[in-house]
Amino acid sequence: METYINQLIFGVGPYLAGTVFLLGSFLRYERGQYTWRAMSSQSLDNPPAFRWASIAFHVGILLLFFGHLFGLLTPTVVYTSLGMSPGAKQIMAMVAGGLFGLLCFAGLSYLVYRRLFNARVRANSSPMDTFIICLIYLQLITGLCTLFVSMDHLDGAVMLELAHWAQGIVTFQAGAWQYIVDVHWIYKTHIFLGLLMFTAFPFSRLVHIWSWPVEYVARRYQIVRPQ
Amino acid sequence: MRIRAQIGKVLNLDKCIGCHTCSVTCKNVWTSREGMEYAWFNNVETKPGVGYPKEWENQERWKGGWKRLDDGSIQPRIGGRWRVLANIFANPDMPAIDDYYEPFDFDYAHLQKAGDSKTMPTARPRSLLTGKRMEKIEWGPNWEEILGTEFKHRSKDYNFEGVQKEIYGQFENTFMMYLPRLCEHCLNPTCVASCPSGAIYKREEDGIVLIDQDKCRGWRMCVSGCPYKKIYYNWKSGKSEKCTFCYPRIEVGQPTVCSETCVGRIRYLGVMLYDADRIEEAASTPNEQDLYEAQMDVFLNPHDPEIEAEARRQGIPDDWLEAAKNSPVYKMAMEWKVAFPLHPEYRTLPMVWYAPPLSPIQSAAESGRIGYNGAIPDVDQLRIPVRYLANMLTAGEEQPITHALERMLAMRAFMRGRNVDGVEDTEVLERVGLDVATVEEMFRYMAIADYEDRFVIPTNKREYAHSMYDGQTERGGCGFSFGSGCNAGGGEDADVFGGKPNNKRNFFSVRVEKMGN
Repeated sequence: METYINQLIFGVGPYLAGTVFLLGSFLRYERGQYTWRAMSSQSLDNPPAFRWASIAFHVGILLLFFGHLFGLLTPTVVYTSLGMSPGAKQIMAMVAGGLFGLLCFAGLSYLVYRRLFNARVRANSSPMDTFIICLIYLQLITGLCTLFVSMDHLDGAVMLELAHWAQGIVTFQAGAWQYIVDVHWIYKTHIFLGLLMFTAFPFSRLVHIWSWPVEYVARRYQIVRPQ
Repeated sequence: MRIRAQIGKVLNLDKCIGCHTCSVTCKNVWTSREGMEYAWFNNVETKPGVGYPKEWENQERWKGGWKRLDDGSIQPRIGGRWRVLANIFANPDMPAIDDYYEPFDFDYAHLQKAGDSKTMPTARPRSLLTGKRMEKIEWGPNWEEILGTEFKHRSKDYNFEGVQKEIYGQFENTFMMYLPRLCEHCLNPTCVASCPSGAIYKREEDGIVLIDQDKCRGWRMCVSGCPYKKIYYNWKSGKSEKCTFCYPRIEVGQPTVCSETCVGRIRYLGVMLYDADRIEEAASTPNEQDLYEAQMDVFLNPHDPEIEAEARRQGIPDDWLEAAKNSPVYKMAMEWKVAFPLHPEYRTLPMVWYAPPLSPIQSAAESGRIGYNGAIPDVDQLRIPVRYLANMLTAGEEQPITHALERMLAMRAFMRGRNVDGVEDTEVLERVGLDVATVEEMFRYMAIADYEDRFVIPTNKREYAHSMYDGQTERGGCGFSFGSGCNAGGGEDADVFGGKPNNKRNFFSVRVEKMGN
């Protein structure tokens, strides 16, 4: 039974989540552009603290996201051939992740408090708004907790298992889930919440992440359109 | 030369009575929805005052409009492109809803449902943001109506720049005027320039600036970019919204709702031709005081046969060229020079212009001391300081304002002489460079202001009808909806992707309290 659940969550789960994430995002962009927005509540409540919290949260979580992306998906040979041992890479990941995580945690703590207890923001939060911010908060906390577990094994072995799992998943290898059957439950929780977040992504305000407006730096200032 | 046409607008402040009909009809049509209660696409402010939102003219605070750099180019005052993107997580220059006002409604039902009591039941205010009781309403739209609030607050008005303002706090010297405001549909709009998503655009055919509601992602940079603070963030839909210049009406040749319903008949709509290639140069004019002249240089003379031929060659329809010749906006702004852009120093090249208001003679009581300048009073004797108007309309350059006020006074003096005293006093006209034919036309447009003279709007071309909002193209469509298809009620059921219902308040439940509780 335990094997089955492991396989379901860490073998099939990523594909379910990934499909909902990509297809859902595509369909929402295609069918419901009007609902595609960042949904900022800055205009309702805008103390100076909000600005710094929002910046800390966004910068922190973006760095964490890219840290995970490159950390997990970079093939081991790339950094070992550059002379970096898995152990050294784990230390690097823990230090960087820890710092970014704390930055994100500081900002998000304020934002969660504001979302739950500021009367105006509370009244104008959809259930999904509240769910997603709490999910991210929980995800961040479990992520930070993994640091303490990781300190017990600094040789990079668990990190390699996790990386092999992630690489196995994105390269469609059927048995990838077996890599992480034996890792500590805190890692598994973190991964499970991550899959949940990808699944919820297209149904939440998170879709604004797709719309990072990079084209702005290249376009002309004025836009004139015929009818 | 790239010739484009725009429906421009002039507001004759001399006739504005501050009745707010424009604001109310506009609100009824466009912003009586949840998320937009605080937004007034059109509002009328009593000046002097800090306005709505508070201190909107103070660009040190809100960073609206453009800034000229040392190299002669211009960029939005909120910063260059990278700076704007760097602020995307939290906009440091955005007015929050309290800078406008916390929207409220009243417990009207309580008036009907309250039980028997010794006192009259009252309808107390509730916040539309939280549904909670508001003990005191601190600010509202037009809180400064007819010089409400203390002079100390109102004197923060940016237009007092260079004016010895203390004396205007005294009862004997106080002055006021109305300033109806709406989106300026600028030639060089900062909102367009500061939108990271590229959702805001200016229409080629008629110059109307619109926000593509599908493309808007709610980054809110336009709210900061617009120096007139005429873009509003809809906190319910998460999108920005703005004055649409009633484009569905303009397209079929009808005036905007605010213009149509103006009881003072102060609003004029007409075609202006302009050279799109000259916009950037004009907006970059080094000296702020020259921006008014620079913008006039961007406009083209529709009576010039060469311009007309070139415009026709570039595809401007004939009825638009004809309308341009009869444009009341062109007449007032360019021929008579009695209308001015609002705050040209923002470098946006606004397209809603204002004729300055005349005001009572300051020292009329002290008869004999009125400085008469021939048959017309000296404009320096007017109660509203010329410098104040100049700060508002010509970046502080007083001469054009003086000239316009003198022309309006001369028109009055001449027509009064003709109709009351039975004399043709052409001398008064010569002093201000007018002839009888011109002043008769001015009188017809500015004083009589017939509907047909005020609104010269060519209809949109049938050739463009595929995208036109009218009965034909909307047949089988669903009108204004919230992007969730043609559901009855405009999206009552939130869609699976988390769209919120837009047509019902789910927290504003009014509990009727029985007497004695």
